[in-house]
Amino acid sequence: MGIDFLILMKQEWMVIAILLILLFIKVSSDDWQNENILKLVNILLLINLITGFFGYRDGILFNEMFKTNHLIVTEKNILSLGTFIVSLQSYAWLRNNKLVLEFYLLLLSTLLGMFYMISAGNLLMFYLGLELSSIPLAALANFDLEKRKSGEAAFKFIISSAFASGLLLFGISLVYGTTGTLTLSALSDHLDGSSLQIFAFILLISGFGFKISTVPFHLWTADVYEGSPVTVTSYFSVISKGSVLFVFVTVLYTAFKSYAITWNHILFILSVLTMVIGNLFAIRQNNIKRFLAFSSISQVGFILIGMSGQSQAGTASVVYFILIYTFSNLGAFGVISLVSAYTGRENLEDYKGFYKTNPRLSWVLAISLFSLAGIPPTAGFFGKFFLLMAGAGQGNYLLITIAALNMVVSLYYYLKIIKVIFMDSNENPIKRLLTPSSPKLALIICTTGIILTGFVGYIYEYIFSMSTIF
Amino acid sequence: MSPYFFVMLVPLLPLVSFCILGLFGRKYIKTTSGTLGVISLFISALLSLYTAYRYFFIDGKVNGIYQHIIALKYTWLQFSPRVSIDMGILLDPISVMMIVIVSFISLMVHIFSLGYMKGEERFAIYYAFLSLFTFSMLGLVLSSNIFQIYIFWELVGISSFLLIGFYFENPSAVTASNKAFIVTRFADFGFLIGILILAFYSGTLDFGTLIERLTTAGSSQYIDIHSATFLGASMLTWGLGLVFIGGAGKSAMFPLHIWLPDAMEGPTPVSALIHAATMVVAGVFLVARLFPVFSIDLTVLQIVTWVGAFSALFAAVVACTQTDIKRVLAFSTMSQIGFMMFSLGVSKYGGESGLGYTGSMFHLFTHAFFKSLLFLGAGAVIHFAHTNDIRDLGGLRKLMPVTHLSFLIACLAIAGIPPFSGFFSKEDILMAAYHSDKIIYAIAVLTSALTAFYMFRLYYSVFWKRDIHLHDKNHEEGTLSMRLTLVILAVCTAFAGFVPVSSWITSDGAPLESHIDIVFSVFPVLMALTGIGLATYLYKTENRRPQIITSAFGSLYRAAYRKFYIDELYLFITRKIIFNGIGRPAAWFDKNIVDGFMNGLATTTAKISGLIKGLQSGKVQNYALYFFGGIIALAVLFIYVLNY
Repeated sequence: MGIDFLILMKQEWMVIAILLILLFIKVSSDDWQNENILKLVNILLLINLITGFFGYRDGILFNEMFKTNHLIVTEKNILSLGTFIVSLQSYAWLRNNKLVLEFYLLLLSTLLGMFYMISAGNLLMFYLGLELSSIPLAALANFDLEKRKSGEAAFKFIISSAFASGLLLFGISLVYGTTGTLTLSALSDHLDGSSLQIFAFILLISGFGFKISTVPFHLWTADVYEGSPVTVTSYFSVISKGSVLFVFVTVLYTAFKSYAITWNHILFILSVLTMVIGNLFAIRQNNIKRFLAFSSISQVGFILIGMSGQSQAGTASVVYFILIYTFSNLGAFGVISLVSAYTGRENLEDYKGFYKTNPRLSWVLAISLFSLAGIPPTAGFFGKFFLLMAGAGQGNYLLITIAALNMVVSLYYYLKIIKVIFMDSNENPIKRLLTPSSPKLALIICTTGIILTGFVGYIYEYIFSMSTIF
Repeated sequence: MSPYFFVMLVPLLPLVSFCILGLFGRKYIKTTSGTLGVISLFISALLSLYTAYRYFFIDGKVNGIYQHIIALKYTWLQFSPRVSIDMGILLDPISVMMIVIVSFISLMVHIFSLGYMKGEERFAIYYAFLSLFTFSMLGLVLSSNIFQIYIFWELVGISSFLLIGFYFENPSAVTASNKAFIVTRFADFGFLIGILILAFYSGTLDFGTLIERLTTAGSSQYIDIHSATFLGASMLTWGLGLVFIGGAGKSAMFPLHIWLPDAMEGPTPVSALIHAATMVVAGVFLVARLFPVFSIDLTVLQIVTWVGAFSALFAAVVACTQTDIKRVLAFSTMSQIGFMMFSLGVSKYGGESGLGYTGSMFHLFTHAFFKSLLFLGAGAVIHFAHTNDIRDLGGLRKLMPVTHLSFLIACLAIAGIPPFSGFFSKEDILMAAYHSDKIIYAIAVLTSALTAFYMFRLYYSVFWKRDIHLHDKNHEEGTLSMRLTLVILAVCTAFAGFVPVSSWITSDGAPLESHIDIVFSVFPVLMALTGIGLATYLYKTENRRPQIITSAFGSLYRAAYRKFYIDELYLFITRKIIFNGIGRPAAWFDKNIVDGFMNGLATTTAKISGLIKGLQSGKVQNYALYFFGGIIALAVLFIYVLNY
């Protein structure tokens, strides 16, 4: 027990250790330079990422409150990787910020919450993890302290989040009331398909839907994304969303397996709504952050298609896509956060003639957008293809047709941005930016990831081999 | 290891050249970029020819039947235990023929561009893109797996997009490249869904296995895909139909052809390579690749036939009315691809009745030569005269003797005059159509006559019509590299018809006896000659004796008017019917419904937020309302309506 306790929770212990180190620095002295803190944090996050790859063990702790297996460890590694990239990218924004330690304390608390949430073997534990991951996020959204919009974003997030949590908790209590258990593995035996349980299940789904912003539970997304600092927005759209998607697919595939027909239909409806509405709104955005917010909403619609596959490939394609999505979205956000940190410009118009002044950043942005649009040979294409292929396993061609049409629509607006960057001329373009080394490293990681994840077939096969057999 | 292992070098060499030129071209290699591209393509073309020699003459045939040889196979991604994605090289008669065509035409275009693009600022990038395209196209035709073909299919689309938009300072080039990309992408999604359907029912992505499983009557996959229906058609019909949509998009079949004429904004040698000889025939190639499966579904074959025949006729009519030299050629490409398409459609699998398949592939082969020759000739003309409007051209025959002669040969070939190459391939197609469907045959002959007419209208307008007095004595007829390619291609165009394609490329691999039926040939050739005669009558001397034509040949003058009327008719169709009938409603929909919806949403939100202004936030309550509404809607739907 003793040693299991250490090894199975090693990723959590790592994050806790980093949190304690940062806390210690905060309490002990004031004379740390921001530069040094950022360096230290990045090294710690890198160590966290690397240690994640060693010592895989499957196991259960605390009466199944906490469980872990190969897939879960990999999912946590993806989140660690994403956090590391976000941290590298935040350099330009944080280096003159007085509250850099607080930023990281909050950020890592949310990461810890996500880890517990992913490892939860019990709905209560899941709820705790979820809350731990969302409450500090509200504080992070407010981190541009002098901007009114940032405060508004935090406020909107915390209110909406509380509302969603309340309904989620209501759903959990109904589940407990009708089945007498909250343990995920035991739940499937106790489900009898009564209307009350279905209602509880819908409440649970709406809770998930809120966090991954599926329509109609998505309305907070655009405002919060727009108001928050770009770094936090990218964290919201990739890490926070990814973690909940990981749990969502596990919960559906294990605890609610017997409801497969029901959630297949629910996913169908949510997926269509999410893709269509996300796309319709994305077309009309002029703020590039808001645009990415809506485009990431429609991306979730695609993920739901893969999820509806009900097969081993279903889980695998979802996890694989999130990995690719991490690279692509963080690549796009990385460029935008640089531009925003140096010039404060976030409108699409500002990007006119961007290629003339910043050819390299333009290419990174273009590759990321191509990947998000799903154009080969970028990884995004493979990710989307696998999602559709997994979805096709259920023979749901209507859904896939709608998805394909949506891909054409999304192609249109991604190309529109690329046109703005490369072809439009501007009298007052964004000036030439000197990329500091750590954001540069982040962009290199993202671009490499976008190219390699698609071509190295081993990555998908590895994820597939760990995925639960449906 | 297969003895054909070396074939992998054929696509890899252009890839290497692309990487080198793309990375170092602009800074270090500069003007020698062209030479590097030409050398890599030259080796590639030699290897392709050697492959063809070896395959057709030495060891491709076992027991009199050409085999499908897997030269290379590498499991690239195991999607699930059942389905894997491979990267491989499949050699069979059509892929061997295609690598020869692609590498050879690409080599010609590479050489031609040495002169044509000389002095271009982004010379190295141009060659890098050409190499990328050649790599993708070679990869496409060698694919052993339907997913692999899809990847290369998209890559071909991307390189075409890059090349059409090569002059990206020019807004119309940018619009054209976007249009081409989006239209073909739209069609590709059909293709993608088609792939998913075929792969799902056959349980494989590998061409060989897929074809075998879906064509063996009685196999479980065969029964599954035939018995599953959606909206009254079997899943096989759906799958193949959707794959055909992908092919029709790339091959510019009606009504997905709209991108092709605009794609002429790219550099002319690019048009010769991509939009005449190689990429646009990818759709035909795809249907031919899956032909054993297509041949068991008569519904889809009917669609292929009629789409092809209609496109052929439609494009020929339009071509008669165009005045831009490249656009005439673009529509003629569309028309000729229509020939190949319906020829596949009227064909059956195996034996004598597979003549359509052979004819289609034969025509693909000869078309590649004469059409690229026509485009390169047009390129030489544009290079010389700096205009592509035929109303401004004329009398170039003495100034550009090489171009003139090669263009004439190409025109005779496309018109189907013996003994030039087009005659032989068109003969096979007409024969196949005659034995299958008389209406298609009638359309085909009419289209041939029209083809002869508009090609010679173009020929006379450019090279005869009036005498031009040379202003500048130093004006030369293109560079040596340009003239050289024209001569080589002219020779190929003249003699390609004697290549015994029908004994090599057949639907089932068994050689077909080639037979030219002289009696049968008389009528189509006469029709073509009539077309040429009419063109000669109208255009050879139009400018020199306009008043004589008007007064003495009053009836002919009216005929000329009728031609004008067709022009108007075409304009009427596009401007009045297509714009008003489709464009306007679409715009209206966008303006009133989509905008209205968005505005409505915005005003509603604004109203609600106005009502609750006193509270701290304007909209969060509203969000919660939607949230709750979503839950209620789902709950009502699933508990009360669907009764789970």
